[in-house]
Amino acid sequence: MLKPFLAVLARDLLLAWRGRADVLVTLGFFVIVVCLFPFGVGAEPNQLRAIAPGVLWVAALLATLLSLHRLFGQDFTDGTLEQLLLSPEPTVLWVLAKILAYWLTTSLPLVVAAPGLGLLFDMEQGGLRVLSLSLALGTPILSLLGAVGAALTLGLRGGGMLLALLVLPLFVPILIFGAGSVEAHLSGSGASAHLLLLSGGALAALVLAPWACAAALRVAAE
Amino acid sequence: MLETRSLACLRGDRLLFRGLDFSLAPGEMVRVLGPNGMGKTSLLRMLCGLVAPEAGEVLWGGTPVQREREDFHRALLYLGHAAALNDLLSPLENLRFAVRAAGDAVETAACNAALERIGLAAQRDLPSRVLSQGQRRRVGLARLFLSAARPLWVLDEPFNALDIDAVAGLAATLDAHCAQGGMVLLTTHQDVAFSTPLRHLDLRSVAC
Repeated sequence: MLKPFLAVLARDLLLAWRGRADVLVTLGFFVIVVCLFPFGVGAEPNQLRAIAPGVLWVAALLATLLSLHRLFGQDFTDGTLEQLLLSPEPTVLWVLAKILAYWLTTSLPLVVAAPGLGLLFDMEQGGLRVLSLSLALGTPILSLLGAVGAALTLGLRGGGMLLALLVLPLFVPILIFGAGSVEAHLSGSGASAHLLLLSGGALAALVLAPWACAAALRVAAE
Repeated sequence: MLETRSLACLRGDRLLFRGLDFSLAPGEMVRVLGPNGMGKTSLLRMLCGLVAPEAGEVLWGGTPVQREREDFHRALLYLGHAAALNDLLSPLENLRFAVRAAGDAVETAACNAALERIGLAAQRDLPSRVLSQGQRRRVGLARLFLSAARPLWVLDEPFNALDIDAVAGLAATLDAHCAQGGMVLLTTHQDVAFSTPLRHLDLRSVAC
């Protein structure tokens, strides 16, 4: 039963390596968006410290959104998706493998880069730790929900804009709790409530999103 | 045995055909006939379970295919219009992935042998984007050599873009599959000589 899961995971990781320019572009986009803010709002340290968590989170969200089309787009056009849907093994398994590979190659680099960018905003050590943790818990939700949106808009004309309209409202709660966790930590009330909510959200998305995604892919393939 | 009961196909808001009853027994080869736009590809995709029929049902061994989806897809090999090749992967990587994703265990040596038989030994490790149309088609067809255990082969225009020798070789492979009790359902606009008696399914007889 794990065979297609492992085959899809290994293939998508290999493809990400072969097309690593795409992965780097997403990371570069994240870094540039974050670096634009000090130019826009001015380099006053207190202000930068205050906006840092929000800026990093919004940039991560946009970077995810802009790379979501890669998740199923190529497989849809070249017919691989059709073949995967004809696999006797459960669809959710290989869908999960694709989302996992996507998270590892797109979101994980953002999570790793975020503390370094936080330093540019003069964030203190504790805040950086909470920020990394919130991104590590929150970006899987972005990938899982985003995958459902990507599957629903597959093959549509102008699907990119529609995907943004569909997915961004769903990302709002994750943004609130993600960015809020750092503020809660800095205000001294502790970030554990926010982080627990994010973990709960990640688990719920992990259980529910692959099913929705599989159903949407079946419709898209018709 | 594959059967359909009063199958109907809707494409957009146009009914392509209805009341299609046919069956495919072990050892048989059926060629679906009909001009372009008649629903040949739609019919094949419907039989595979990629598209839900507008009316009627598809039966595999007497049970509707939706109910026994896993068993049916374990018995089925479908090669569609698109070759399912990723340009960044080599033919070997593409072939190995296709077989493993379909749930079969396969050794790299067996994939190499299949590519050699289909005439792609020299292109085995090149990126697929440098392959010609005919070579891309051959990578897909190499799966036939690794899928002898799957009784039902559904092939959409398998002879497209192939040269004369490859057409003859493919015809021989399909004949051998039928001789071993397999079933082949195909569409093609070419007249190819098979040694298995070829049955025709003309969609014009059920067209709307």
